[in-house]
Amino acid sequence: MSIAIEPSTRVESGTRLRHFVSDSTVAVWRNLLQISRVPTVMIFELLQPIMFVLLFSWVFARNIANLPGGITYVEFLMPGIFVQNAIFGATTTAVGLAEDLKKGIIDRFRSLPMARSAVLVGRTVADVGKNFVLVLLVIVVGYLVGFRFENGLPGAVGTVLLVLAIGFAFSWISATVALTLKEVEAVQAAMFTGVFPIVFVSSAFVPVAGMANWLQPIAEHNPVTIWANTARVLSIGDPVMPAGASLPSMIAQSTAWIAGLLLVFVPLAIRQYRKLT
Amino acid sequence: MGDAIIRTEGLAKSFGDVHALKGIDLEVAQGTVFGLLGPNGAGKTTAVRILTTLLLPDAGRAEVAGLDVVRDAEALRSRIGLAGQSAAVDENLTGLENLEMVGRLYHLPGREARRRANEVLERFGLADAGRRLAKTYSGGMRRRLDVGASLVARPDILFLDEPTTGLDPRSRIDLWELIRELVREGKTMLLTTQYLEEADQLTDRIAMVDLGTVIAEGTADELKAQIGGEVLEVHVADTIQAGVAAGTLKGVGAGDPSVDAEAGIVRVPVGQAGPEALLDSVRRLDDARIVVDDIALHRPTLDDAFLALTGHAAEEAATEESAPKRGRRRRSKEGDER
Repeated sequence: MSIAIEPSTRVESGTRLRHFVSDSTVAVWRNLLQISRVPTVMIFELLQPIMFVLLFSWVFARNIANLPGGITYVEFLMPGIFVQNAIFGATTTAVGLAEDLKKGIIDRFRSLPMARSAVLVGRTVADVGKNFVLVLLVIVVGYLVGFRFENGLPGAVGTVLLVLAIGFAFSWISATVALTLKEVEAVQAAMFTGVFPIVFVSSAFVPVAGMANWLQPIAEHNPVTIWANTARVLSIGDPVMPAGASLPSMIAQSTAWIAGLLLVFVPLAIRQYRKLT
Repeated sequence: MGDAIIRTEGLAKSFGDVHALKGIDLEVAQGTVFGLLGPNGAGKTTAVRILTTLLLPDAGRAEVAGLDVVRDAEALRSRIGLAGQSAAVDENLTGLENLEMVGRLYHLPGREARRRANEVLERFGLADAGRRLAKTYSGGMRRRLDVGASLVARPDILFLDEPTTGLDPRSRIDLWELIRELVREGKTMLLTTQYLEEADQLTDRIAMVDLGTVIAEGTADELKAQIGGEVLEVHVADTIQAGVAAGTLKGVGAGDPSVDAEAGIVRVPVGQAGPEALLDSVRRLDDARIVVDDIALHRPTLDDAFLALTGHAAEEAATEESAPKRGRRRRSKEGDER
């Protein structure tokens, strides 16, 4: 009574693409379901940016010098928080993958005739969905403490898109780390210690001009600075435009960094996945 | 065995200094159940992982359904199902969602995946629990779901890696029944186990593995004949006397007594002449004034089998060999061990 499914000894490239799309869709669906089933993770992920916003905006409020264009600290801070939130949020990709590895779920996937990269695509795309919800919630928090998008709807949409793209790129870095280190705790620690300095040594929270002299060039070239500045100009407009910069060139630079990271880490993560034993 | 559907030749795999498999040759005939029997660290899981394309062998070759596990890995994956230690279910999905997901990943159309998922739930006695999250399942239910997942696409070759490890006796017997049913349907199955009884109950042929090599192969009866039937086990009250007791018991059974000096246990293979040997032993021990805590006949266990075939106890083999590997293996097992 058992009917064997047709053995597919040779997989055509069209079929391959179809399988990749369908496998990735299933993987996205599974990860979104999982996120929705463990809402506590999401709640804590949301608490963290709220805490950052409140702490920074009240503690640092009038202690931050060198603010551009006569804006308030909250206005300066929020676009940086959006970027920081996307980067920190991407660490869940690593933790989720490490947990799947530990529980043997990755083994199950690897024994199935599914596209090798679909597990990673499923994870990173689902995390973009999760990040989207988080970004919207953080914007609400921002509005409560006095932040406003002053550059119109296109600027606001642009900010959100930029932030999601940053999160997506970091999800792939995150996946590479998880597939390399494999242990949940190690992955968590590595992501945390890696991500913290990258975000702090940037213009995300404070202007670079007030940092130690030797640190300034590093901070200036940190992609997080480029992204935070771009998000700031997109949300607030010309008053925060760095000297000698223009929005198109900032968007181009931001996009180039994101594309560059994806070009390096997507193949790297997939390679690590294939190398799993 | 010209119709072998699983065949390995000199399959070898090392993890650093640990030689998990030292070149094993296996042949499994279509429609039969083959058991890989051995203690922890014997290499059973490594063999299954290679055969299911999860792991690349260092040397040798393996074919399943005429497909090379390395070269034709992609095509092979749609022909096999894997359950047990190295596969798992997603705790945050319901039973139904888990099975549907696996069906979809075998590229069944959505509706067909759902239909078969429901069918499997029904059959495995999980229909009522199908809409509950898998994390609320008992160990037995989880394992049934796990085996069920390997069946959604109705592959004709199944790999079950220690399917009953960690289950209570009731769940174990339930799962045995399920496995027997699948066999009646003509599936080919390779299962690994640490229990001789399980291999005896379920398999047509058994390969005993130890330290990465096959040390004996045959039907359960053939192996039991080799092991030597029943074993008389004597626990001496004073462990120092274990050696003396062994000397006293020389000749009561079919083979020479073996001594576990530390635990004060003497074991004598007695073949089919258990009762006579027991009476004889009691007399001899009494004459020699050796006080015993316990004396009993045992049906051969895996330990006895190892003792008989390798001269060392199975547990020794396990700790000795799996110690360096434990770190890397544990990860994938934790989910099942709970």
